[in-house]
Amino acid sequence: MLDVKAGDEQSFALLLHRYRSPLVNFLYRMVRNREQAEDLAQEVFLRVYRAREDYIPSAKFTTWLFRIATNLALNSVRDNRYQRMEISLDAPVTMDAEEGDEKTMDIAEKHPDIEQHLIEEARRKMIRQAIEKLPEKQRAAVLLHKYQELDYGEISKILECSESALKSLLFRAYQTLRVELAPLVAQQARQ
Amino acid sequence: MSCGRMEKKIMGYVDGRLKEGERLEMDKHLSACAACRVQVNEFRAVNVLLDELPMIEPSAAFDVRVNARVAAEPAKQSWWAWFAPSPRVAFAASMLLLATVWVGSYSVSDPPQIDQADVPVLENYDVISSFEALTELSQAVPADDASQQN
Repeated sequence: MLDVKAGDEQSFALLLHRYRSPLVNFLYRMVRNREQAEDLAQEVFLRVYRAREDYIPSAKFTTWLFRIATNLALNSVRDNRYQRMEISLDAPVTMDAEEGDEKTMDIAEKHPDIEQHLIEEARRKMIRQAIEKLPEKQRAAVLLHKYQELDYGEISKILECSESALKSLLFRAYQTLRVELAPLVAQQARQ
Repeated sequence: MSCGRMEKKIMGYVDGRLKEGERLEMDKHLSACAACRVQVNEFRAVNVLLDELPMIEPSAAFDVRVNARVAAEPAKQSWWAWFAPSPRVAFAASMLLLATVWVGSYSVSDPPQIDQADVPVLENYDVISSFEALTELSQAVPADDASQQN
């Protein structure tokens, strides 16, 4: 980032390459819409670029990056919630992007054992829905902890809470997931 | 350790981020508490289940879109850039300087000559010198005489 600050355009391309996938995945799991996740990730990179001259390396770059991403995601989730409230309950339900993408695959070719594939897909759908049901701050905490493998100090700075509050957030999130995924948890615990 | 304190420690225990001393303390508690042991096992199961979600790849156009938006950003000018020379300002400043030098040198080398006949006071000197109203005024008293009169 310091090279980007010094005006090195190639370093920005390296940042983009290094962080685009973690960011898009994090945002996708937050907002549950691929197109929106990519738009938000673009906005994150644009904000990083705009702020490059004022960047002070007081915290880790990933903390700063995911703080921007988390704020954008939380705002987007709240906006989406208000929009959904305005949509009629009679409106047809659309598939999300990931499910849509998976439908276009040649399932028979990629998965000779179609039954096994359907079971796996049902499990994944259940896990996705369990994460989606979490309150947004708990969801962000789980995603940053589990998938980005950030430490408690970093996540608490991103979510602007104390480490103690973060541990409580994660505990409550896992309690909820344990209940939501009870059949899978029991199955997993037996193995 | 009590079951109540588990809340702050269990996640660190499950993902192996606890310090050695804390981990040993947890082990000791778990060996004596079946309920917490179940909870730890279920948290571990949740942790494994979360690994099942596949990663998605950003679309092929993602980098192109980011780079296009970055390229469309206006160049940021710092306050210091205000002092940077621009051709138009430099041209205007040099012309102003030239004009100042030219006007200055003209006034020093060729001062304007004043024609005595053009001075209006001298033109009416005869009229003023024979003006009757002035002759009627009392004569001026010398300073010494004036003090004696007081």
